[in-house]
Amino acid sequence: MTIFVTFLVVLMLVGAVAASIFRDLISAVIAAALVSLIASILFYFLQAPDVAMAEAAIGAALTAAIFIIAIRRTERYEE
Amino acid sequence: MRRIFAILLLIIVALGISLSLVKIPFGAPKTKVGRYYIEEGVEETGAANIVTSVVVSYRGFDTLGEVTVLFIAAIGLGAVLTAGVKEETRKTEPASLVLYTGCRLLFPLILIFGTYIFIHGHLTPGGGFQGGAIIASGFLLIYLGCRERRLSRIASNLAESLGGLTFVVIGLLGLVFGSYFLLNFLPKGTANALFSAGVIPIIYIAIGFKVGSELAGIIDNLIEES
Repeated sequence: MTIFVTFLVVLMLVGAVAASIFRDLISAVIAAALVSLIASILFYFLQAPDVAMAEAAIGAALTAAIFIIAIRRTERYEE
Repeated sequence: MRRIFAILLLIIVALGISLSLVKIPFGAPKTKVGRYYIEEGVEETGAANIVTSVVVSYRGFDTLGEVTVLFIAAIGLGAVLTAGVKEETRKTEPASLVLYTGCRLLFPLILIFGTYIFIHGHLTPGGGFQGGAIIASGFLLIYLGCRERRLSRIASNLAESLGGLTFVVIGLLGLVFGSYFLLNFLPKGTANALFSAGVIPIIYIAIGFKVGSELAGIIDNLIEES
């Protein structure tokens, strides 16, 4: 259990760093959505299932969609 | 020089936060008011889910403010995006077969799941905000996959207005039947039953409709007008 949570936290950190490093903004948004998804799993393990639901629906799905819509109208690659 | 200063400032802030947080035992009911909610909440409000009894009953007025903030954000976004844009029919390529079929199959299930979440808000984890967000993600699928099935603006505006109106009217009825705004004037019933906790489920269903149609409206505005 502890090993699994540690793995998730490390994966979350990797996702967060990747989101800030990627020059392809679509990939960065996907990495940020990964951070949200793992955060929602961690909320579930911390016995906060209601927060986990809100985080999964808003953080992982809706926010990523709004970012992707914005990227579609601007530029995909950062200089 | 500036970078060193910024790093120093960050270290000081991190130290300050961690020093003040390290003394608080994680998960222990520390405050009097928190212990009161845990011990008396189910008895007093009739809602088996203590989080819901805090969000809708004890802190109901804050929730009304939260819903108002979301409403203003949605209105502002709509005003910014639709200002000066005339109706034009853009050519969009149709979705792939996988997305189209998945959208038609999954959308009813997502809708039922979201509805379940907010109807059972006083019994199981979740509630109006979570159920509304799940329903909005279902509408996101509709906009991506089968756009011809999307909800009309009028229907979504109607759901949003009725949700907000129900919340405020129930709050005012509390003033009519008793002494204060958002008074739980209906019978509380037995805890853990679907029809229990008085006005809490009604308010949470109203919030579910409101949040779902607002978030779906934000997605609709962004996809259509951008």
